[in-house]
Amino acid sequence: MKHGILMHEFDDDVGVAVEDLKKGSKIGAVTLEGRAVGAIRLLHDIPLGHKVAMRDLPKDKPVIKYGRPVGNAVAPIAKGAHVHTHNVKTLRWSV
Amino acid sequence: MIEPPSMNWTGYRRADGRYGIRNHVIILPVDDISNAAANGVASLIKGTMSLPHAYGRLQFGEDLELTFRTLAGTGRNPNVAAAIVIGIEPKWTGRIVNEIARTGKPVAGFSIERHGDLRAIEMASRKAMEFVQYATELQREPFPVKKLLMSTKCGESDTTTGLSSCPTVGRVFERLAAAGATLIFGETSELTGGEDIIQSRCVNKTVRREFNRMFNDYTRLITSQGVDLLGSQPTEGNIRGGLTTIEEKAMGNIQKIGRCKVQSALNPAIEPAGPGLHFMDSSSAAAEMVTLCGAAGSVVHYFPTGQGNVIGNPIVPVIKLSGNPLTVSTMSEHIDVDLTSMLRMEMTLDQAADAALTALERTINGRLTAAEALRHDEFVLTKLYRSA
Repeated sequence: MKHGILMHEFDDDVGVAVEDLKKGSKIGAVTLEGRAVGAIRLLHDIPLGHKVAMRDLPKDKPVIKYGRPVGNAVAPIAKGAHVHTHNVKTLRWSV
Repeated sequence: MIEPPSMNWTGYRRADGRYGIRNHVIILPVDDISNAAANGVASLIKGTMSLPHAYGRLQFGEDLELTFRTLAGTGRNPNVAAAIVIGIEPKWTGRIVNEIARTGKPVAGFSIERHGDLRAIEMASRKAMEFVQYATELQREPFPVKKLLMSTKCGESDTTTGLSSCPTVGRVFERLAAAGATLIFGETSELTGGEDIIQSRCVNKTVRREFNRMFNDYTRLITSQGVDLLGSQPTEGNIRGGLTTIEEKAMGNIQKIGRCKVQSALNPAIEPAGPGLHFMDSSSAAAEMVTLCGAAGSVVHYFPTGQGNVIGNPIVPVIKLSGNPLTVSTMSEHIDVDLTSMLRMEMTLDQAADAALTALERTINGRLTAAEALRHDEFVLTKLYRSA
């Protein structure tokens, strides 16, 4: 299967859509080194460059990308969902 | 894999032993009110270029020093063959002239008071004509990688910069550093969330302490304004491109330095003292950052972009790299290195680095970058605080 999701690290919580992806489609994910991470059913349309949850993420879980926390889930996020500013906030600069 | 030592680079050897890859004769105003005279000279004499800017009056302290350093550093840059400096009065004009003269290149200063714009333009134009005729006879000659001083900064980042263009620059920087080149990166506040990575790369405790001080000062400055930083970081362009938080943006940003060590933490517009990668305390606004790099002696700049920042610089060729297929197709005239095949997994990181090095070689040898051809001559001084 052709991949549509690229990931920095195998265990990251999120992957990046490398083209506009359609809700309901099953899309392959692969790491930058070319390692297959499996396929995922999308719960939303994911525009090019936007992130997809690779697993269910409970509220308040740090979201891992590049193998590091890059934000905090501010709502429960389901596997295959669009991950962005509506459900993830910075862990820094909180005012 | 293309190794930098096998590259055939040619440039202009300057009196101080540094090499430029362009041969500009610049007309440099000391202050905002001398822009008109500088533009006047540049419009009269073919082959000259004026660098108008907004500041230079009633600044004081560190802010004034940075303006002086940026103006003098721009004149000192090896891409500049000769410089005409024009200011409203002779004292500050002379200060910039003296700093540029230390490189041994031709430089002359003119002031407007007691002459008026028209007399100053005439005097400066006669000298500018002489400088252009001098510069146009200079010849390119081969130069080694260890004589290269270059910089990087990304802009309008998105998730594709972290996946393609930034790691590509990182891989090239690893190769250039191994071959003895001098490299600059910065964007202090946009390291937020990945500052521990930079700390871990500092070659010793002194450099780490200096980096920490700069990073903490910048963070304090931002928080002291009491604004909601999330309004500007990530930017609207970043968010549209899929970046959600500052730390996600920082992680993409940091890919640009690959696995390089950080040799020193420099104040803005300070020339690095030795080879390897150097951090420069700097704004993340593209035009300000590249202007500071030019003032620190950078002769060429790698600029990864996601959503399509169009920035250029009058004296430093800016090479744009992008892996975003939407940007590369809708803004193709701005992109020098197309990395979209990386996202399709049809190009490895090393192949991408080869493509970036080839673009670097062509740019060094004289091919105009997209930003140069499109006249993106953004020359922007960093203002630290308001004037008196």
